[in-house]
Amino acid sequence: MTLRILAFGIAKEILGSTSTLVELHAGATVKELRILLEKQYPRLQKLASFMIAVNNEYASSDHVLQPGNEIAIIPPVSGG
Amino acid sequence: MFCNQGMKLPLYHLLAAVKKKQMIDIVITEEILNIQQCINKVQSDDCGGIDVFIGTVRDNTKGKKVLRLEFEAYETMALIEMRKLAKNAVDKWSLKSVLIYHRTGILHVGDVPVIIAVAAAHRDAAFDACRYLIDTLKQTVPIWKKEIFEDGDIWVSAHP
Repeated sequence: MTLRILAFGIAKEILGSTSTLVELHAGATVKELRILLEKQYPRLQKLASFMIAVNNEYASSDHVLQPGNEIAIIPPVSGG
Repeated sequence: MFCNQGMKLPLYHLLAAVKKKQMIDIVITEEILNIQQCINKVQSDDCGGIDVFIGTVRDNTKGKKVLRLEFEAYETMALIEMRKLAKNAVDKWSLKSVLIYHRTGILHVGDVPVIIAVAAAHRDAAFDACRYLIDTLKQTVPIWKKEIFEDGDIWVSAHP
C-alpha cells in the first residue's frame, strides 16, 4: 500500500518536502514505518525523538496502518 | 401559583445545567493576540479569579542574540490536543473557563506567541490549571519553533 506521510518542523527540512509517499505491505505497523523512514532519511535518527501521528492522534508502535490514514512525522514539539 | 410542581423541577435542573456550563476556547492564528480580549472572554461573575499565562519572545537563548522566532503548527492535530488539555483541566479543577490561543508565523522579540487564561471560583484551581496547561502544551501539542540567530537557526528541542 502507498501511504502519504506529512512532515513538520525539522522533519520537513530533513525530507526536503511537506510530504512524501512510502510503500509498505498491507497490515504494516507504525514501527515498520519508522524503520523505513529512518532508513530513507538517516537524519531522523539524530533527533532527540520523533513520534508518528495517525489521523491526528499520537500512535503507538504496534498501531496498524491503513490506506487513506492521515500520517504525520512529529519531531520534538516546542510550542509556547 | 404560577406553575405546578411538575414544571418546577425540570426548570430548576435546566438552570443548574446552564449555570454549570463550562467554556473552552481554542485558537491557532497568524494574527496578533489581544490579551485584554482573552481575559474578557473567560471573565465570569461566578468566578473569584482569572489566571493568565502570556508567553513572550525572549531576545536571547543562552546569551545568544535571537533575531526572531518562526512558529509552525500541525493545525488540525494541535487544535485537538489543545482541546484535550483544556478538557482535562476543566474536569480536574472544576474550572469555569479555559482559553488557549497560539500564534504561528514569524514573531519578533517581545511578541506574544501564546496566551492561556483560566477562570475558576477559587484561585488555587486557577493557578494550578494554568501551570498544567502551559507545561503540558509545551510537551504534547504539535507546534514547533525555530530560533533565528545572527549566524544561523535551530529548531528548538529537535536534537539532544
